[in-house]
Amino acid sequence: MSILIYAEHDNKELKSETAKLVHAASQIGEDIDVLVAGHDCVAVAQAAANISGVSRVLVADASCYEYQLAENISGLVVELADGYSHILAAATTTGKNFMPRVAALKDVAQISDIIAVESADTFVRPIYAGNAIATVQSSDQLKVMTVRASAFDSATLGNAAPIEALTQAHDAGLSSFVSAELTVSERPELTAASVIISGGRGMQNGDNFALLNGIADKLGAAIGASRAAVDAGFVPNDMQVGQTGKIVAPQLYIAVGISGAIQHLAGMKDSKVIVAINKDEEAPIFQVADYGLVGDLFDILPQLEDAL
Amino acid sequence: MKILVPVKRAIDYNVKVKVKADESNVDLANVKMSINPFCEIAVEEAIRIKESGIATEIVVVSIGTLACVEQIRTALALGADRGVHIQTDAELDSLQIAKLLKTVVDKESPDLVILGKQAIDSDNNQTGQMLAALTNMGQGTFASKVAVADGQVAVTREIDGGLQTVSLTLPAIVTTDLRLNEPRYASLPNIMKAKRKPIETIDADTLGVNLTSNVSLLKVSAPAQRSGGVKVADVAELVAKLKTEAKVIS
Repeated sequence: MSILIYAEHDNKELKSETAKLVHAASQIGEDIDVLVAGHDCVAVAQAAANISGVSRVLVADASCYEYQLAENISGLVVELADGYSHILAAATTTGKNFMPRVAALKDVAQISDIIAVESADTFVRPIYAGNAIATVQSSDQLKVMTVRASAFDSATLGNAAPIEALTQAHDAGLSSFVSAELTVSERPELTAASVIISGGRGMQNGDNFALLNGIADKLGAAIGASRAAVDAGFVPNDMQVGQTGKIVAPQLYIAVGISGAIQHLAGMKDSKVIVAINKDEEAPIFQVADYGLVGDLFDILPQLEDAL
Repeated sequence: MKILVPVKRAIDYNVKVKVKADESNVDLANVKMSINPFCEIAVEEAIRIKESGIATEIVVVSIGTLACVEQIRTALALGADRGVHIQTDAELDSLQIAKLLKTVVDKESPDLVILGKQAIDSDNNQTGQMLAALTNMGQGTFASKVAVADGQVAVTREIDGGLQTVSLTLPAIVTTDLRLNEPRYASLPNIMKAKRKPIETIDADTLGVNLTSNVSLLKVSAPAQRSGGVKVADVAELVAKLKTEAKVIS
């Protein structure tokens, strides 16, 4: 078994998903390479080399990889694919974007969003928005898979894997980057945070989300939202936790004014501890919450901030 | 220009799916089926592009059993011009679907193919990207905005950190995210009119595509249920429990 992991990064830093993928890969086999494709991404490669269990870090540093366009990245990964039994990428919007291209060009299936490794050819993945869990077996020579990073622990740090530069530059010429509007935040990212506080329709408007800031500051938490809050225009979509948003599994998840629709629960039910604050004591969120507090969030939030 | 919109017949999004007792699969007997919601958004986007005067024809294609004709008719009632039904009873993976769709792309030569980003049954999120690879087209996945002009399409994509806009040379592939548009309802006159729109049926076995999947489904189980915990009386009790019992804050 020889495994290639596509590193999740933004050219500046390696994202936490990658160490989790190394841990997932270690359940398949021991020969694990990490591919860093980007531009001016030296720091990312060094961080990847520090993950225990990594045999080699391959760095493809070229301007055509700067925005990790699927057409270019898939060309690179396909060229590297021979010699590997498994190719893994995080089930982020980057991995979901280019990996099916890799699978199709290699004429193999892709197994999406795995949450457990049963053996080198058998994997577990949620279907029907997490309402059913499928165990699937692949007979393809090459397994192309995306991994739900939040379902795996991180590999430890403390390694000095060799870093090798690749010279191939695959510019497919089919697409070009125009612009990006990225949310700038001092807070941790939702998928990496150990504490998350999320607001729902009960927040009533976008301004009231400021009530979550003080608590988030004290807990070092990321701030999320339910789809209802996003659809109502309170906050942008990249804050959405749920089946159609981000799938998270923090140590502590605090749901404020969130009723607990199935599609929200699918995004956060694997959190270690769930707290629900809602004025409706019949709200379904209480059926999954470890600690429920019934009451008006506009009274409770200031009290909670003071108590922390 | 011509737009091709593949649509999938899938479980209606309001239905709560149940796993069969023998864990062989989910139970779809007598369950309401609809156009997959993301595919419906794709149909709507194609109609809007046509209404803006940029596109002249919308072809909708669905792959599966005879029952898929129902979803093609729905898309025709919404505003698509004609349908293609690739008929097969086989259980197909995204790769086989993408290969079958490639035969339609080769024949129809659309300028734009718009698909849903994923189906709400298998949750794979693969077909559009695979079709883009097989046809060597650029792709704009998870679109929240699509603008066609001068042989290019600018696609604003919903990515983890916010939004990203890419420009693709036509022909190109777009996959839809939830916020791209809000699909319309079909009016009764349009439902009647759709009955007279043409649907071509093609037997999947005649298209020269290997329809066997290398992935087998071993088991489908119900997810682990999380049981509810306790209600606390006030903020002080909550904070105390989080500190001493759950030990998740200090």
